[in-house]
Amino acid sequence: MGCIRIILGHYGSGKTQIAVNLSLELAKTNKKVILADLDIVNPYFRTSDSAELLETHGIRLIASDFGGNNLDLPSIPPAVQSAFDDPEAVTVMDVGGDDRGALALGRYADKLGDADILMVINRFRPQTATVEGTLEIMREIEAAAHVKIHGFINNSNLGAETTANDVISSVKYAKSVSEASGLPLVMHTVCDRLYNEVNGKVESLFRLEIFSKKAWRI
Amino acid sequence: MEKSLMKGNEAIAEAAILAGCRHFFGYPITPQNELAAYMSRRMPQVEGTFLQAESEIAAINMVIGAAAAGKRAMTSSSSPGVALKSEGLSYLAGCDLPAVIVNVQRGGPGLGTIQPSQADYFMAVKGGGHGDFYKVVLAPSNIQEMVDCTYTAFDIADRYRVTVMILADGILGQMMEPVSLTKPEQKPLPAKDWAVTGKAGRNRNIVNSLYLSPEILEQQNIIRFKKYDEIKKNETRAELYKTDDAEICVVAYGAAARISKNAVDAAREKGIRAGLIRPITLWPFPNKEIFDLADKVKAFTVVEMSMGQMIQDVELAVKFKKPVNLCSRTGGMVPAPEQILESIERSI
Repeated sequence: MGCIRIILGHYGSGKTQIAVNLSLELAKTNKKVILADLDIVNPYFRTSDSAELLETHGIRLIASDFGGNNLDLPSIPPAVQSAFDDPEAVTVMDVGGDDRGALALGRYADKLGDADILMVINRFRPQTATVEGTLEIMREIEAAAHVKIHGFINNSNLGAETTANDVISSVKYAKSVSEASGLPLVMHTVCDRLYNEVNGKVESLFRLEIFSKKAWRI
Repeated sequence: MEKSLMKGNEAIAEAAILAGCRHFFGYPITPQNELAAYMSRRMPQVEGTFLQAESEIAAINMVIGAAAAGKRAMTSSSSPGVALKSEGLSYLAGCDLPAVIVNVQRGGPGLGTIQPSQADYFMAVKGGGHGDFYKVVLAPSNIQEMVDCTYTAFDIADRYRVTVMILADGILGQMMEPVSLTKPEQKPLPAKDWAVTGKAGRNRNIVNSLYLSPEILEQQNIIRFKKYDEIKKNETRAELYKTDDAEICVVAYGAAARISKNAVDAAREKGIRAGLIRPITLWPFPNKEIFDLADKVKAFTVVEMSMGQMIQDVELAVKFKKPVNLCSRTGGMVPAPEQILESIERSI
């Protein structure tokens, strides 16, 4: 088994954006990067939207192509197994949101070994706005996927309206989640647009490029 | 109130709870599932009732029950599921009951696709049940408006004792935007003295849609249509965007209007004076607002994520004064701003 990072969390927390960005980052130093899409609950915003981009960076995307990328049928591609079998592969797994989405990860629970399991959190999402709410979702995910989460990625944002202050002030929330759970805070994210403003003010900052641009964006 | 980042489906659900809805009955279907899922978590927290019914038909009939008891009740679904609710929608109208129903449209006909669509315009505005009746149909175009429309929907429903449909689509249901959930000040609403709440201390109330005497049923329908005239007068809503000097007017609602705004801006950059009228109520339709524009513009371009349904109402409103062209994508496909721009250019 190679190196595996698993990205899970509340739906709409930004897992897919982070998984794509993380894969691109890993591809800078690793030859064999795999992005495995285990999301069987999100019908619209998928890793497949970034298929071309991933391909140009030599990242292997394993995603369900059953009836296109969005058929209303939950299915996990059998090729996901190869991420476990290939000792040289560096894999990012993008898991579906909430306990319902994390259920699909449970199928691999006994194979995960020392995979790094990270939960994405966003204090601007109503159900993870408080430490309590965040930990409730965390416990539900852990129970559904039969895994223990190892740490958090703070992805607090308000979409296009996010300000530098939103990111900076969210650190307190993320630290409280970390303290209450006893689990480490692995990194904080910031979108491209705000990187310079936030850089230096927040530790372990990860720069996110927002790739999914849809026609209805205004 | 601090803003939250919400999906459209969640935003409607939370706004409904803030509007005092404590009875939600649903049945799963993509792309509206987050709405019911959100309700299933939140309703117990506010001592409300969430119930996943055994079918869409059961869910709408539960809404009838809760509404008859004077409660703010809601159901939601997506296209094929809403079609199943048609019978209940007609009974709601026949009983003059206030209720809110959400349709997060997907591509059809049949089981179709889970991708976004606007092909239920006819079902929402013209039909969606048998008999002489209308529903008020609200068409939000962004997530903040999903919240605001939900507050409005419950108020209109209670004020006129009608069913209000929020007609969204998969894009609006799934996309996320920051929203403020601050509720506008509540205007006083009529007391629900018709509700069946137990007759202790008063004469019994009857909620019923069966009138075997045609003379009485005719009168009931005429009275109901007087109410519809009031709604047309008071509740018609449309947004005008850059129409003051427009030579071409785009007509679009919901998600198609978002994309059309980008196309209108792009046309303006090219020196074409384009504008947009966006019906916010699809029933009642903003006939007068469109008719008034017909004197000013050279042509209309209707943008729809269907084979062209609202265009019929635009043509009726324009009364053949100016050409009305269609820019359409269907089956879950979404028009690109470039396609709309091309259509605007062709209309000149």
